[in-house]
Amino acid sequence: MKKAIVKDSEYIIKKGRILHAKQLTSLERFYEIILPDGESLKHEPGQFVQVSLFGVGEAPISISSSPTKYGSFDLVVRTVGRFTSVLNRLKPGDEVGIRGPFGRGFPVRVLEGNDILFVAGGIGIVPLRSLINYVIDNRRDFGKVSILFGCKTPGDILFSEEFDEWGRRLDLEFECTVDKGDPDWKGNVGLITGLIPEVSLVPSKTFAIVCGPPVMYRFVIAELLKKQIPERHIFLSLENHMKCGLGKCGHCQINDFYCCKDGPVFSYDEIKNKKEAY
Amino acid sequence: MPEMQHVILKKEKFDYFIKSLARQSRLIAPVSRGHNSFSFQEVHDSRDIALKYIPTILPPKKYFMPQQETFLEYDKTAGENMQGIIEYDDYILFGVHTCDLAGIQALNVVFRDPPKDINYLYKKNHIRIIGLECNDYCDAHASCALMKNHLPMGGYDLFFTDLGGYYFVHINTDSGEKIIEHSGCFDRAETSHHKQLQELRDKKKEIFTKEVDIDYSDISSLFERAYDCRVWEELGEKCLACGNCTNVCPTCYCFDIVDEVNLDLTTGRRYRVWDSCQSEPFARIAGQENLRENRSERQRHRFYRKFSYQVEKYFRYFCTGCGRCSRTCMAGIDLKETLKAIIGEVGSN
Repeated sequence: MKKAIVKDSEYIIKKGRILHAKQLTSLERFYEIILPDGESLKHEPGQFVQVSLFGVGEAPISISSSPTKYGSFDLVVRTVGRFTSVLNRLKPGDEVGIRGPFGRGFPVRVLEGNDILFVAGGIGIVPLRSLINYVIDNRRDFGKVSILFGCKTPGDILFSEEFDEWGRRLDLEFECTVDKGDPDWKGNVGLITGLIPEVSLVPSKTFAIVCGPPVMYRFVIAELLKKQIPERHIFLSLENHMKCGLGKCGHCQINDFYCCKDGPVFSYDEIKNKKEAY
Repeated sequence: MPEMQHVILKKEKFDYFIKSLARQSRLIAPVSRGHNSFSFQEVHDSRDIALKYIPTILPPKKYFMPQQETFLEYDKTAGENMQGIIEYDDYILFGVHTCDLAGIQALNVVFRDPPKDINYLYKKNHIRIIGLECNDYCDAHASCALMKNHLPMGGYDLFFTDLGGYYFVHINTDSGEKIIEHSGCFDRAETSHHKQLQELRDKKKEIFTKEVDIDYSDISSLFERAYDCRVWEELGEKCLACGNCTNVCPTCYCFDIVDEVNLDLTTGRRYRVWDSCQSEPFARIAGQENLRENRSERQRHRFYRKFSYQVEKYFRYFCTGCGRCSRTCMAGIDLKETLKAIIGEVGSN
């Protein structure tokens, strides 16, 4: 067998260096990463990267920062398996491999000029944060912006400092709810679907951006449709186990869609008839 | 018609030709493995080659997309350092049937679709292909006439047809012509040879008739109606989820990516390895979710990748009609019978 060395293989990684790391909850860990020479990742909100540790493997991770943040990018990793257990032990200064960005992100140019309703459940806030911060950094290019967030308990809130900031801003409407409160919790208690009927919106100029666990989608979409938001105005980010990120390996295939290439962001209109989607 | 495109090889010169191929490159051809099974293997002599063979255990895809294929070598001594590599060899594949040529053509489209897979494309460019026509059916598992793959449709450098005392040869590419020139044992094809080829092709029209009662162009619309068929439950009850069907399929290309650490614990390789959508963990995602938890869903997925999903993406059927999946299935799941069952449930058009 002969061997050729290649520089333009899609599997080649870039070296990312961890600038900051912070444990957000018992399971989720935040990383700020820089590429060599401060090279920009050039991503769109909603895209993902493959994070690699040689000898352990690779996993697809949502990019959590807006492309308006230059010089570095943010990831949030939940410990769910072997790879993420190793990854979530890293410290500032450590290196990881980065491939990407991959996939079709949120349709930012379609959204411009319109009202946006964000609906995030649990760690669904991680990919949505890339778009929320993008909208905040370009605030006058968008109409009314509402953010609804729900999670299981107050301890599961990932970005509490940013949430406080969003709550203080006059140009955002921010609502947060937990399924189960604790003695210190003064906010809403109940499912996120309970917040949707309260939102006042103009359906024809509102786009809903939804991300959360698969079980949440069915109920949230039903509420959004009740508010007369058109199916083409509802965008979802689907979670899946992309392995190659290139539309080849087959692992993230949902009926005829490859989540890594055709998604991870889809309009409800595109996936409502895909039986494997959610 | 420019006569340079067609030549003949007299059978007494066949051994000489094979030896000349083996001198030019590593030569791969079908070889008997006993018990009516065959495999593509390296040969040096025409006596090693099984000229009458049913589809090999594994299709020739193993040379284009090997079971294991390294694409990175890494060294963690000073951080996450690596280099991209391609492992390849120069091959001539001799005796590839038209069903398998169609399989290679399907894979070419997949791996050429952006983002391009340079590991595949580089390998492919180091392989020359000599096709071999089937004058009759290999066995009853084949459905090549239904899939319109019983006649040559390109995808080869040279194409051989056995016409008794000689092979009629179509030269399809410049590298095919170089093989002919290099061996120096071919003769001009005369009008009588062309006539004999036409006679065989006419005879094949009688022999090869669509094996399932549905038109080629109606198959993808059949699958538009087949999603909720009972037959998927029946397949799910039989299926052992062994993955044989996907491993032997000439157009299955799903893979997993795996790291292998050397004993020094700092160097190693990252490679792809064939994977199967029939295995339970294949579509498992973080948490407890699984997109296709049941065997019936996974069998349906396999059939839809052959007749529907990839067809929309790449404008071609991903079933070549080779019959390998039916031949190899331990549970007796049969592709033609499955198509018939779907037609029985939802009609052929």
